[in-house]
Amino acid sequence: MSASTTDTPAALLRAAPLLAALLLLAVFPAVGSKFYVDLAVKIMILAIFALSLELLVGQTGLVSFGHAAFFGIAAYVVALLTPKSEAASLWLALPASIGAAAAYALAVGALSLRTRGVYFIMITLAFAQMAYYVFHDTPIGGGSDGIYLYFRPDASVFGWRPLDLDAGHAFYYAVLACLAGTFGVLAVMLRSRYGRALAGIRVNEQRMRAAGFPTYAYKLGAFVLAAAFAGLAGFLHALKDGYVNPEILSWHQSGAVLLMVILGGTGHLRGAVLGAFAFTMLQELFQWQAVFGGFAKHWQLMLGLTIIGFVAAMPRGLIGLADRLRRGRG
Amino acid sequence: MSGAQTLLAAHAVSRRFGGLRAVDEVSLSLERGVLHALIGTNGAGKSTLINVLSGELPVSGGRIELLGQDATNWTQPRRARAGLGRSYQRSTLFPSFTVRENCRLAAQARFPRAWDWITPAARCRDSLQAAESAIERVGLAAVAERTVIALSHGERRQLEIAVCLAAAPQVLLLDEPLAGMGVEESARMLELLEQLKPGHAILLVEHDMDAVFRVADLITVMVNGRVIASGTPQAVRGNAEVQRAYLGDAH
Repeated sequence: MSASTTDTPAALLRAAPLLAALLLLAVFPAVGSKFYVDLAVKIMILAIFALSLELLVGQTGLVSFGHAAFFGIAAYVVALLTPKSEAASLWLALPASIGAAAAYALAVGALSLRTRGVYFIMITLAFAQMAYYVFHDTPIGGGSDGIYLYFRPDASVFGWRPLDLDAGHAFYYAVLACLAGTFGVLAVMLRSRYGRALAGIRVNEQRMRAAGFPTYAYKLGAFVLAAAFAGLAGFLHALKDGYVNPEILSWHQSGAVLLMVILGGTGHLRGAVLGAFAFTMLQELFQWQAVFGGFAKHWQLMLGLTIIGFVAAMPRGLIGLADRLRRGRG
Repeated sequence: MSGAQTLLAAHAVSRRFGGLRAVDEVSLSLERGVLHALIGTNGAGKSTLINVLSGELPVSGGRIELLGQDATNWTQPRRARAGLGRSYQRSTLFPSFTVRENCRLAAQARFPRAWDWITPAARCRDSLQAAESAIERVGLAAVAERTVIALSHGERRQLEIAVCLAAAPQVLLLDEPLAGMGVEESARMLELLEQLKPGHAILLVEHDMDAVFRVADLITVMVNGRVIASGTPQAVRGNAEVQRAYLGDAH
């Protein structure tokens, strides 16, 4: 049986890079400067975002080009729920943010999942742009200027305060916990019957229907779940910067997260994390004036060309490269 | 014919594509223990009829009864869960999965528990057992751990049936299970059909006339979307219209 042949040493070896990364991230604030710790927070948040899209693109076979909507909506909800003069309750703001993203996904998914392929891409894009224009062109969220969030949510429960997100590296570790949690929940879920059914839908939906799976409901579930995790990332993003603007809902953002997933390699959760890391580091590198001087303002050109090069050289992404290296040595 | 055993019945079922009547008021019934063959020239509407009966395509007219219930408006997954299984003319499997996982996943449709995210699918005993018995039945036990890509054409055709059986259907709609098979493989498949007959109502679409006349209890002949003859092999063989329209071309 496939379950019993996975002996512990092999499983440990496979988990080793993950555990090493987790350990590295856990000690990083002790050694890294503020700049790099902030950069690590940014990457971890984007990794949660990329993981949420990987569930759709790499696991279920649904290429959504409007995933930024869920990220952005959750970010706006926490910013809008926070009063000008005090913090909102974490236990209200977090479920409200994620809930709003999931609710929008339920509506978008219910309609867009009736189509497939390129039509699905276009419809998800259209719904995301709709959300973008709502925040860009109406005064609800401060229009194109965006809005500030002056206080991170307060985690108090009846006077007891389990954590203070402003103290020391508390926010860093909260983000790290969210990333580990997201990865863990998705990894466990993908092994379950629901996860295997999503894999079956990705490979051959027609056959899944013929076997008796109501595939529409399965896909809608995955779509809403992915949006909820994207919402978690958006929520953390708003807390990180203390500022949200409509750009985080735009198609650029949807495209960037899709690139992270592709760059890292679809079909593997760790590919999404790797992609978020590589994408952000490349972006930082090309914006570095000490290296590129005045040309650094054309960073998008260099980033674009690099990604084209990467994708051409490694059709299976960075994770595919890692696999190839390992096999080459072994 | 005793009505109690009728598992699937089509009443004047039609399917139009624009002006084309691909299936034109076809009526037939499938009974447990009876192997009903459907023959006809290319483009006669056989595959379309299977698609309509299985719910892959909606009907343009007529009524479909499955296990005594009106299933005309049921979705394909609902019909499948009620006990209707189909195989495909061109193998549609899960190419990157193992033989066992192909069958296990199909069986899982009956034990979905989609909310249980903790238990690994590989520990779902019900679906594993169903997969094992389907694999045994078609004779693929030796290659159960291989992926589909590593299988021969004949093995893929066998797996096609196994995936279908893993979902424990009572009605089997088999679309050319013998296509492209060698003599030995065909013989094994026909033996399997004989074994399946007592417990299932089978509709067999097949081009291999020798095979059809060997195993079929009833034969329905379609031409241009219409049924031109239906009956025992002897009756169909002697039917003048059938000889002119179909067998005449072939012999």
